[in-house]
Amino acid sequence: MSKIKCQCGHENPFGTVLCEKCGRPLTDEAKKSEMVDMRYEGSARRSQTYKKSVIDKVWNFFSSVKIGVSIIIAVLATSAIGTIFPQKFYVPVSGNDPSEYLEYYERLYGTVGKLYYQLGFYDMYNSWWFKILIGMLGTSIIIASLDRVIPLYKSLTKQRTKRHPSFMKRQRIYGESKVSDSDESLKNAEKALKDLHYKVKVEDGAILAEKNRFGRWGPYVNHTGLIIFLLGVLMRGIPGFYVDETMWIREGETREIPGAPGYLLENVDFSVETYSKDKADEVFGEALDKNGAIVSEFKSDVKLYKEKEGSLPGSSDVEFMKEYPIVVNKPLKFDGYSIFQMDYKTGELKTMTFSLMNKKTEQSVGEFTIDLNDPANDYDLGNGTSIELMEYYADYDGIVDGQPSSKSPIPNNPAFIFNMKTPEHPDGEKSFVAIRQTLEVEPNDYEAKFLSAETRDASGLTIRKDKTLYILLLGGIVFMIGVIQGSYWQHRRIWIQKGSDSEMLIAAHTNKNWYTLKKDLDKVKEVATLPTYTDKQDKEAVIDTTEGETK
Amino acid sequence: MDYAALSANLLLVSFIAYLVGTFFFGGAVKVSKTEKTYKDSMWGKIGIVITIIGFVSQLGYFITRWIASGHAPVSNMFEFTTAFSMMLVGSFILIFFIYKTPSLGLFALPIAIVIIAYASMFPREITPLIPALKSYWLTVHVITAALGESILAISAVAGLIYLAKNVDLTKKSKERFWLEAVMFTVVLVLGFVVSSTAFSLSGYEADFTYVDKNGKPSEMTYNMPPLFGMSEYEQVTTDTMKPWFETPAIVNAKTLTTFVWSLFTGIILYILIRLIFRRPIAALLQPFANKANSQLMDEIGYRSVLIGFPVFTLGALIFAMIWAHEAWSRFWGWDPKEVWALITWLFYAAFLHLRLSQGWEGKKSAWLAVAGFVIIMFNLVAVNLIIAGLHSYA
Amino acid sequence: MDKKKKRLFIRGAILLVLAAAIVFALTSKKETKVLAVGDKAPNFELQDMNGKKVKLSDYEGQGVFLNFWGTWCPPCKKEMPYIEKHSKEFTNKGVQVLSVNIGESEFKVNTFINQYGLTFPVLIDKNKSVSRNSYNVVPLPTTMLIDKNGVIKQIVTREMSEAEIVSLMESIQPE
Repeated sequence: MSKIKCQCGHENPFGTVLCEKCGRPLTDEAKKSEMVDMRYEGSARRSQTYKKSVIDKVWNFFSSVKIGVSIIIAVLATSAIGTIFPQKFYVPVSGNDPSEYLEYYERLYGTVGKLYYQLGFYDMYNSWWFKILIGMLGTSIIIASLDRVIPLYKSLTKQRTKRHPSFMKRQRIYGESKVSDSDESLKNAEKALKDLHYKVKVEDGAILAEKNRFGRWGPYVNHTGLIIFLLGVLMRGIPGFYVDETMWIREGETREIPGAPGYLLENVDFSVETYSKDKADEVFGEALDKNGAIVSEFKSDVKLYKEKEGSLPGSSDVEFMKEYPIVVNKPLKFDGYSIFQMDYKTGELKTMTFSLMNKKTEQSVGEFTIDLNDPANDYDLGNGTSIELMEYYADYDGIVDGQPSSKSPIPNNPAFIFNMKTPEHPDGEKSFVAIRQTLEVEPNDYEAKFLSAETRDASGLTIRKDKTLYILLLGGIVFMIGVIQGSYWQHRRIWIQKGSDSEMLIAAHTNKNWYTLKKDLDKVKEVATLPTYTDKQDKEAVIDTTEGETK
Repeated sequence: MDYAALSANLLLVSFIAYLVGTFFFGGAVKVSKTEKTYKDSMWGKIGIVITIIGFVSQLGYFITRWIASGHAPVSNMFEFTTAFSMMLVGSFILIFFIYKTPSLGLFALPIAIVIIAYASMFPREITPLIPALKSYWLTVHVITAALGESILAISAVAGLIYLAKNVDLTKKSKERFWLEAVMFTVVLVLGFVVSSTAFSLSGYEADFTYVDKNGKPSEMTYNMPPLFGMSEYEQVTTDTMKPWFETPAIVNAKTLTTFVWSLFTGIILYILIRLIFRRPIAALLQPFANKANSQLMDEIGYRSVLIGFPVFTLGALIFAMIWAHEAWSRFWGWDPKEVWALITWLFYAAFLHLRLSQGWEGKKSAWLAVAGFVIIMFNLVAVNLIIAGLHSYA
Repeated sequence: MDKKKKRLFIRGAILLVLAAAIVFALTSKKETKVLAVGDKAPNFELQDMNGKKVKLSDYEGQGVFLNFWGTWCPPCKKEMPYIEKHSKEFTNKGVQVLSVNIGESEFKVNTFINQYGLTFPVLIDKNKSVSRNSYNVVPLPTTMLIDKNGVIKQIVTREMSEAEIVSLMESIQPE
């Protein structure tokens, strides 16, 4: 690939449209056009220079903005598909059984739902093809930026103050005319431009005034931010960088925190507060009348413990760390972990109170309360009367293999075998007691009658640790800096130079906000005698001016 | 002082001010032949003064409601949508002082009016905050996001003016069809406002019991004659009409009923307009758009995307992620509202790339700006009302 | 054309890194670490029914037959008598049975011990720290076969037959 030598003597890389130094058009197309494409200063986009090997072909593919936009549109369109029906993680199906998911989608959304499931849209954002799409987006961002930022930097640093008239003529804003004293005009223009905070360079009867060049780097800065962000997301796959667990913990329980070995949490109390008409502010009256009670707070009062240094998992050698009320929006934070209030269940049985009744007299001889989560062997009622708890089934499920059985350790349906020892029956009378059911081998004189129960709540918590958060935040900040830099500062350039005879040429370019550029030019023109310019893209301006002036 | 009542009155004042302001901007456009002359027109000056009065009054609504409720009034559909319209007007005022173009006001104010009217159809009483919303991020995230969206919306207004001026309405074309379709959508929103208001003035109510999609019995009150009944519905109010159809459990028949009534009213309104003026709505607007400078409208359209995009990113994505991490333990959860914010963002990113490197200016750019606004409105309306997710507070 | 080779090399390297990143994204799983055969068995300290502290490391040099169970789990009940039956003979051969109950009440565990006449140490994992965080036990019963060096030789996540129990115990018998 040979270099292109411009008439001014500068050697440009292959593919250059406008000479990096003087701005002369180098291609036939550019020479013919009335207005030249200034997007990358007419520099050679690197990707277009070599098209031979596979690597170059792949590189060129990702370097194209057209491809980049196509990928953006593809991500956009597929993301939209994912919102048609709820995603897998919002579906109230427990467990991981695929057939249950299929059943759910089919039941609620019919054939379309079934198809949605079968095409994998129900867990779309975790699908391999969506991940690949995001990966391609990242690749495109990196390669397209690299391919543009380097040549752009080169041509902006190499640009010469004095440009060739053919460059000037092809700018969107251009004017030429004879001026009485061109040196005077140049001097005045220089001063005016400096007053407008332009950086002015003067060379051989030519002015280059430039402002906010750094705005040109904005896109590349924000792309860097996006890459940092994507990198952060990627790093969550590294073991130990990311913890996401859930736990159910009942009031009174102490549990080691899943995903946070060595830390224990005790649920002291869970509560739900509501706004009520008498307590809440008067202005909410109408809303409360209309909607009934509105929840104001879900709160888990917890105590956090840590295993002592050097102790082993399971040991009771723990030290108290802190007490904290976890509410929504105020997670418990410690050592990089956060614990969030996410869910709750109420009404799980905690204790049951029975009364021992003499069937004949229908008199109670005493009461006893069983802690369903830690039952005792004996309950002494005094006067030679006691209850021996022989068996306890927390979640009674009928007789299995000739034995009463419990299907879980949770007291959903407690059942007991009592041995009731009374003065009349010192060896005891046996009785099987379940909810709304009492079985006796032989008719007993006494029975344990259910009196009351206490319940407790369980709190659903989520445990998170995310070491990548700061990387993500950094990515976000860099992106914001770049996008603001690129959007709120516009790179403006004004060229003024002497032509042949007493002609003067004026041209201007900005990457955005032509309106203000023209205002700047008008201000310079107030001070310095300069040719009238035209905006080649504003075809209505002429009509505007003439009609406006005739009125 | 009763801030709540004051707040409602201030909103009404702003609503009227915008109506009057529109009228004056119309005058400004009408009396002047070109941009150059109407820049200094008295009509335009009065128009902007009235608009500012309206804006200040709406700001007053916002502040007094904030004082009354104790939280930023952006916590439900009515509050958010109203705040959005306020910021839309604010963005317009800002742009007006840069570019001095009454045409923009003539189109932006009616859009703000329609949005306020739309917002008012939702429950307006002040509600206390549910636990998930109790955070200062509510204020920060929602206000920034709404501000970003409203600046982006200005680009759609400029785009609409550009299109109304530059699309050839004398010949049948895809562009003419779609431009009219956009106008029809606006009429549809009016249809919703008119039908809702009419039925609520008549005090219509019909109670039903039904079985929801999880198989639980529930109750529902319709405020419009029920065209569609919920799944396995039973009428409680007996003297009202019987629904024509019963819908499957996943369909909210009440929403569907409201939609059909709005559509019905909208179509009638549209037909009436066509019968009276005997021209498409776009053609009615063309004379008002004709005076605008196309290049300037293109510039405003692009500029407002440039200004709005960073604000939107900050509010709707970055602040949103920070809050989501505090409230829901994850910064991103592919909730429909989140996804649609991402879609909006991607769309404007594509817009910027197409404009910067593919040279999509003029009509193409204007169409994209209008499409962007459609996406924003879709996220506001459809995602809230149809696709239920974590964000459905309305 | 040295410059061209250099360019090709840089481009190739960047593309390779990006491709690797995508592959990593596709293969990495955000799941908690699960113990596997060949891992060192995490040490723990639990109390037995007499309040005595039992550590896994107490049995260094012996094979450990570590069984996680619950009273409500039917297969646990079925295999327990066989484990009990062979535990005694293998204690002399250097294989120790340790059974860990998943956080049930002492009453339940005691009645179970009495019912099945268990003689090996029964430990209650009250805070579920050993079963959930250290060993990540999901289905019950789960049995870990740990050799004399404290290395996990096999993980069984289902009910075992008597013959299986014997051969598993033999597999961790020190020479």
